[in-house]
Amino acid sequence: MPYSKELVEDLKKKAQILRRDAIISIGVGAAGHVGGSCSSAEIVACLYFHKMKHDPKNPKMKDRDRFLLSKGHVAILQYAALAECGYFPVEDLKNTKKIDSYLQGHPDYLKTPGIEAGTGSLGQGLSIGVGMALGVKLDKLDSKVYILCGDGELQEGQIWEAAMAAKIYKLDNLVAIVDANKLQAQGAIQERYDIYPLAEKWKAFGWHVIEIDGHNVEEILAALDEADTVKEQPTVIIAHTIKGKGISFAENQPGYHNRALTEEEYNKALAELS
Amino acid sequence: MGYTNQRIAYGNTLVELGKENKDIVVLDADLGGSTMGKLFEQAYPERHFEVGIAEANMLSIAAGLAVTGKIPFANSFAVFASGRAFDQIRQTIAIGKLNVKVVGSSAGLSDFGDGATHQSVEDMAIMRAIPNLVVISPADANETVEATKAIAEYHGPVYMRLNRNDYDNVTPEGKPFKIGEPTVLKEGSDEVVFATGYTVGLALEAAKALENEISVKVVNVSTIKPINEARIVELAKDCKGVVTAEEHSVIGGLGSAVAEALYKSGKPIEFVGIKDTFGRSALNYQELLDYYGITSDNIVNAVRKINSL
Repeated sequence: MPYSKELVEDLKKKAQILRRDAIISIGVGAAGHVGGSCSSAEIVACLYFHKMKHDPKNPKMKDRDRFLLSKGHVAILQYAALAECGYFPVEDLKNTKKIDSYLQGHPDYLKTPGIEAGTGSLGQGLSIGVGMALGVKLDKLDSKVYILCGDGELQEGQIWEAAMAAKIYKLDNLVAIVDANKLQAQGAIQERYDIYPLAEKWKAFGWHVIEIDGHNVEEILAALDEADTVKEQPTVIIAHTIKGKGISFAENQPGYHNRALTEEEYNKALAELS
Repeated sequence: MGYTNQRIAYGNTLVELGKENKDIVVLDADLGGSTMGKLFEQAYPERHFEVGIAEANMLSIAAGLAVTGKIPFANSFAVFASGRAFDQIRQTIAIGKLNVKVVGSSAGLSDFGDGATHQSVEDMAIMRAIPNLVVISPADANETVEATKAIAEYHGPVYMRLNRNDYDNVTPEGKPFKIGEPTVLKEGSDEVVFATGYTVGLALEAAKALENEISVKVVNVSTIKPINEARIVELAKDCKGVVTAEEHSVIGGLGSAVAEALYKSGKPIEFVGIKDTFGRSALNYQELLDYYGITSDNIVNAVRKINSL
């Protein structure tokens, strides 16, 4: 692997920091998306702290790479990344969802610096990404558009409308990342509403498909770099993950999709993530 | 210039605007031949996007284009633009105040042959309920030209409904369109008719038919939202009562907006519109308008009814 040990170790640490920040944002006694935040942490860390060209001091920088959280319910994870990058103070994370906060339950385009478009109604982010990828191509900008989707979200039909559009428009500046944690709100995807086989579906829709371990930093970095080499075709990275990763009692537990933590759980989670 | 069809007026105006403003992009969902998005496609193929028969996808793509600084005009039939893509308009475009123009043509009963599935009796009600969205309903082709220019200039989300069919203009050519401003087309002192879209012409006919009997003011309300409550109140102030006319359900459209503006006035209001029912197929437009009572006779009757109170 061409990635230095320092880089890989740093990104691993960053992912843990994001998880920690997310748990602090959720706090005690109020529901928060624990599971999906923890499964996406390495992916988001690799993008924000290494791969993406962006400037926290100039969030609207013309030729920035763009990240959109199609699985908008893990906004807290993106807020953590934005805060740790310097878009806004880390101390503000604990104000998430408070009535006068600029950090809403789902990403808000007007309220929060660094949010590229509002998401929250599942299945729409990839289409928005198609529009963004078309827009930056019209302006001949060297910008990548990264869209993070949940795997449960792939049950939304609009995802596949977007998948067709991205292939037709040959959007090689568009990268979809599927956080494949195998769980949806009400249980295991395979039991609740089977979306498999995944790679074959994306291939049939004309995408370049890469499958990785979504907690392995080297594999994430390699997949993101591989996407840069693909021409005239969009890339999807199917990142196999564990929902609730890093918090022993939440791992692989559908119950922690959106749940309030007790004080004991909160303290245990933070201890495990330090 | 000199159009007698809103769709053709719209399509040609987009081409004209696109010549100067390279940020304008147009999206169609396999109806470009009808929405007249095809004119833009022929002129600037690189700035026209055919998204296939996928209206939801089209509106989210439009949202993505808007956040990169483009001015997307997304076209479909009114029933699909306001129905199939409701959530996409609401979630990303309206909440984010994105600069997307949603243009629904074949609005109201104007797609007479296709029946209930294609006739939008509730698009203004749906779109009007969404915060941040401007809702425009031009009276005729002349006004469509100017409204198209105005919404391109305005930064923010807009829904505009257009009629499918040819009919004579009732507003002057080349009069600049101001969003939020109702215009008086005929003065009158006894009663006021607030009309929108195709029914503006019907209101003028009704006022003429009544000219020796009741003095009727005719107001073209082409901005359904924001409705300009103060101006509606002012225009109705010295009149005995108010009639609203629209090619839309009497629930949630112009009639509701005017009633909301006037509720404190205590003035009697009659609503001419589609009575909370779906459309149906007909072999021509006039037959369908007659069937649902969208006629100058009905406006005359409504005015007389108020006059007799």
